[in-house]
Order: sequence, then structure tokens, then C-alpha cells
Amino acid sequence: MNIHEYQTKELLRGYGVPVPDGRVAHNVDNAATIAEELGGERWVVKAQIHAGGRGKGGGVKVASSIDEVKQFTNEMIGTHLVTPQTGAEGRLVQRVLVEQACNINKEFYLGMVIDRATQRITVIASASGGMNIEEVAKTDPDRVIREAVDPAVGLAGFQCRKIAARMGFTGKQIGEAAKIMQALYRAFRDKDALLAEINPLADIDDGKLMALDAKMSFDANAMYRRPDITELRDFDEEDTKEVEASGHGLNYIALDGNVGCIVNGAGLAMATMDAISFHNGKPANFLDVGGGASPEKVGNAFRIVLQDPNVKAILVNIFAGINRCDWIAEGLVQAMRELDIQVPIVVRLAGTNVEKGAPILEASGFPFIMANNLDDAATRVVAALEDAA
Amino acid sequence: MSVFVHKHSRVIIQGFTGQHATFHAEESMKNGTTVVGGVTPGKGGQEHLGLPVFDTVHQAVAETGADVSGIFVPPPFAADAIMEALEAGIGVIVVIADGIPVQDMVRVKRYAAGKDAIIIGPNTPGIITPDACKVGIMPSHIYTPGRIGVVSRSGTLNYEAVQQMSEMGMGQTTSVGIGGDPVNGTDFVTVLRAFEADPETEAVIMIGEIGGQQEVDAARWARENMSKPVVGFVAGVSAPPGRRMGHAGAIISGEADTANAKMDLMEELGVHVVRNPALIGETARRVFS
Repeated sequence: MNIHEYQTKELLRGYGVPVPDGRVAHNVDNAATIAEELGGERWVVKAQIHAGGRGKGGGVKVASSIDEVKQFTNEMIGTHLVTPQTGAEGRLVQRVLVEQACNINKEFYLGMVIDRATQRITVIASASGGMNIEEVAKTDPDRVIREAVDPAVGLAGFQCRKIAARMGFTGKQIGEAAKIMQALYRAFRDKDALLAEINPLADIDDGKLMALDAKMSFDANAMYRRPDITELRDFDEEDTKEVEASGHGLNYIALDGNVGCIVNGAGLAMATMDAISFHNGKPANFLDVGGGASPEKVGNAFRIVLQDPNVKAILVNIFAGINRCDWIAEGLVQAMRELDIQVPIVVRLAGTNVEKGAPILEASGFPFIMANNLDDAATRVVAALEDAA
Repeated sequence: MSVFVHKHSRVIIQGFTGQHATFHAEESMKNGTTVVGGVTPGKGGQEHLGLPVFDTVHQAVAETGADVSGIFVPPPFAADAIMEALEAGIGVIVVIADGIPVQDMVRVKRYAAGKDAIIIGPNTPGIITPDACKVGIMPSHIYTPGRIGVVSRSGTLNYEAVQQMSEMGMGQTTSVGIGGDPVNGTDFVTVLRAFEADPETEAVIMIGEIGGQQEVDAARWARENMSKPVVGFVAGVSAPPGRRMGHAGAIISGEADTANAKMDLMEELGVHVVRNPALIGETARRVFS
């Protein structure tokens, strides 16, 4: 689960990370008032969307007058900002962050992730800030510093000083950087984060360190115990079909093909997409109905898949372990009765109660195309697509 | 023989009296598994499925000599349950729960360091040595005793591969689901090492997915240390980068994480890679015959 930059900065400010003075604005007047109250001569206006790369899309601008603050805010709010991460349609900007600008001497990178290799929270830092850390790791791996944290001890002071020294800090700044690392670690641990990034961490005006941009994402599985973070979720930043699906206990991800997929289990769902691709078809979505798929759940899966106008055929692939094929079959028949389904449907059932599932589909009289196995299913759905075209 | 669980394994179920635990404990017993009791705090002294219920794992181990535990408690309580089993000296801990907070597992792994135990999962269908011991939720009837070791991250894709094998007349020594989470108890290398050491296992099928590097690490290990052939598949060739595909661990966060990148490397390292998931069984037959 992601949150906005202004929310991340508020959270980190509470932990003692120095961030620029600033507030979020929802309209032009609001932005002007904030800039006036902040004072100074220059302000940064930043579009608040979850996607990165905002600077490249014109979503980050420095204003030298209140009029410019108004102008930039006006240009951003209500428009779809296109960045390298949003896709061509962009993302609607509904608010901007107005901050006091500062002079930057040097930029650093400071991040934390849960590293799969060490299976620990790991600090990632670099003296090359302001740019994409993945790029730095690729072109100049020696400039990326990694330090794993022992969960029983926490991030130790000596580790912070070691990282700070390797980042090139000297004198007072070593202690300052160490304090920021400790604060970021506490926020990461307390709030069940999966990722935290300060990029850039900047050496500004008088040698102070400040987090000029910050990003955090959180573990959805832990949000039951983090109501303060859950509150920050912005549904406008998420795909409406994906949100609807998760409300029904379904895991749905929209893709750009034309074969709708309804599968149980994440691994089999991916493999089904792969099998379709192998036969030169293009999956329209990833959909995992999960365990305990009731007829209602199957109906909801159909509704969501069919909301995508690109879907020209559907492949249902169920390998029932904890599920039961007869429930799935009932759900399929019910969906056919309730929804106006015009596209061919290929069904492959296997596992628990398969012998009860197939007769239900046959008896229904609906033109299900039955498949014997995964390869057969993928072949048939691609063929059905060609017939329909 | 087999790996991790066998016909002498003595199994307890944590969260024993819950609905799913009850159903799957009964299924396991029908499949020949020796379930010796279970744990549900507050229900100690009762009987369930004709077996004793204990308040703590410590008591259960002392009374029954259990050495394997299947953990069926909900995700918020699972980390504590795993540590309880570790502390009580259980040797094989199978964690079914899907949705344990990642940082909980980070702490569990730290707690497990230095203890002589195998944690299988979380987010796994479990482990099965056909007709001898099953701890998990997989449909037992698709598994048959045989000579092939199976290890996978995904549950349903494990079923898919096993079904394809069964249709070709190939059975399994043991099938291990290591789970779909980014921080898990047991990695591919640990399971490959066990299969290599098991005299009955003649070959291994390894089924991975996008995210992380453990399939490649395993292939590298296998090249140096394994005499038995390995057939491999990585799910998610058609998955877009940056999106979490159901499993918390299935996300492409860099070029090296993609299914094709991993399969290319595995192939270079000597794994018999299957590019079409529908042909896992057929490839296995060709390679192993």
C-alpha cells in the first residue's frame, strides 16, 4: 500500500526526520495562502500522485513569486500528469504540496527495504542522490552501500556512522545522518513498511541535511494493526476494478490483452497467463479467486473480467485443492444466467470433486468449451478467439 | 525414504479445533498420517477427533513425542505459533497461513537462527510424502508414491505439475511447497540439498515464480553439488513489472527478477527448463527416462 509524498513527510517529521516546511493544497487560493504563510522568496510546487518520475512530467516546479505558485498549481490540479511510471493516460492530480525552496549543495540517497537475500530490513545508501537507485546499482554498483539490520538489536549506532562515513559525510554531518537513519528505521519498523526512500537527502544552505523527497510503501498484510496508515490510503490512485475485486476477496490485475482469465491460486494464475502467451494469445488480466471460492465469488469474478471491453474470450482454469469443482461449476452456470455473456468461455476443471463439476456444466445447456488440461485449455481459448474474430 | 516427513513422523496441529484445521487433519489421517494431537490454548484436556488437545506446544511434545507441527492459526497469530513450536523443539514446522506480516517473519527467522528446525512456508499448501505423511491442504488423491522430488513456491501450480506427472505415471518421493512469501522459512537450496541426500529421490522438479533470485541461487548450487537432474519452470513470463501478482513475493523489481531472465540463467546452469507450464510432466518424462 502506497501513500502520498506529503503524508510520508508528515509521518517522518513526527519521527524527527528534517523535512522542508510545507503543506498540501487542493486549489489555487489554498496554495497561495500556504506560500504566503511559509514566507521566503521561492517555493516548490509538487503534484501529489503515487507514481514516481514526476519531475520529468512537469509535476515539480520552482516558483519565484506567489503568482507563479498560483500559475503552477493551476496547471497541475485537474490535469492528468504523465510520467514514465503512469502510462500514457497519466494520473489525475487532485492536490499539490507547496514547500519552501532551499539551495542544494549535494544530494544523497537513503532507503530501506526488506531484502530477500538476507531476509532482513536492509539500509541502502549512496552518495549518488537524486537519481534512480536501480540505475546507480547497474552502472556503478560500488556506490551502493548495503547494511542489514539484526532484528533483535535494531539499527545500531555504529552501523549508521559506518554508512554515513561511506556516503562521504564528515564532522557534524555524520551524527546528523545517523539520526536520520535511526528515525527512518523506527518509522519503517513501527509502521510495517516494505520500502522507505529519502531521495534526495540533501545537504542544503547552511550544511543541514534535509529530506527533500520521501516515499514509503506498507505491508498490506500488516495494516490490520496500523489503522493510522490505513487511513491514508487513497482509492483514487488505484484501479477501480482492482479495488472492487479486492472487496470481493479476489486478486485482480488488469493487463492489456484480450483473453480474460479466472484461475485459483496465484502461481497457477501466472502459469495460465504464460500458457496463453506461449500459444500467442494475450492475457487481459491476472485473477486469483483464492481458496473457498463460492458461486457468488465466481460470479463476481466474471463481472469484473467482463468490465474490460477488450475481453474477447475467457479461460476458467481451476485446480481445486481447498476449493471444490462443483461450487465453481454452479458459479459458472449462475453467472451465465445472470450476465449477458457474449464471448466464448473455455473451462478446465481439475482436483477436488471434478467428477461432480463437469456434469453440472453439461446439464446447463450453455456452450462451455471444455478442456482436458492446461495445454488444451490454452490452445482452445486462442482458437476460440480466432473463430470469434 | 523421503525428505522432512515420513511414515514415522508424529504430527500435531496448532489451531487444532478450528474448522479448516479439523477438516485437513482428518484428510491427513485418511492419507496415512500419524496425527498424535493438537494445540488450542484454553482447550487443553479436551479431546478432538479422538486425539488429545493441549494448551501449549510444550505440553503436546512432552505428552506425545511430536516432532512435526502443522500450523493452522490465522496470520496475526502465526509468528508467535511458529516461535512456540521452535522453542518446544519441533523439528519440522509447516505454516499454512497466507498473509503473515513480512516483518513478523523477519523476527521469526532471527529467532530460528541456530535452532535445528525446518520451517516450511508460510503461505504454503504444505508438504506430502504420499501415503505416509501429509501436513497441509493439498488434494492428496493426485499424489502417488514414486521417485521424483517436487518443490514449488506456488500451491496450485504444484498440483498442476503433480497431475501432469501422474498422467505420465511418475510418482513423488516428497512434494514440498516452500510458499509464496518474500521472507520464508525454507529456500529452494535447502530442499534440493535434502533431495540430493535422499537415496530414493532420482530427480527433482523445481517450480519457481517471478521475484527474487532464489531459483537462480538454487540452480547454481545444483550445478556444484547435485548428481540428480533438475527440471525447472518459473511462472510469470507474462507478468508486468512492479505489480504484485497475488503472492506477496511475486513481484518483478528489477530485470534479473523476470521469469525469462531467471529461466535463461537456470538453463545456462544446467537445469532442464520448461518454457510452457503445460509441458512440465512431458519434459520430466523425457529428461528422466
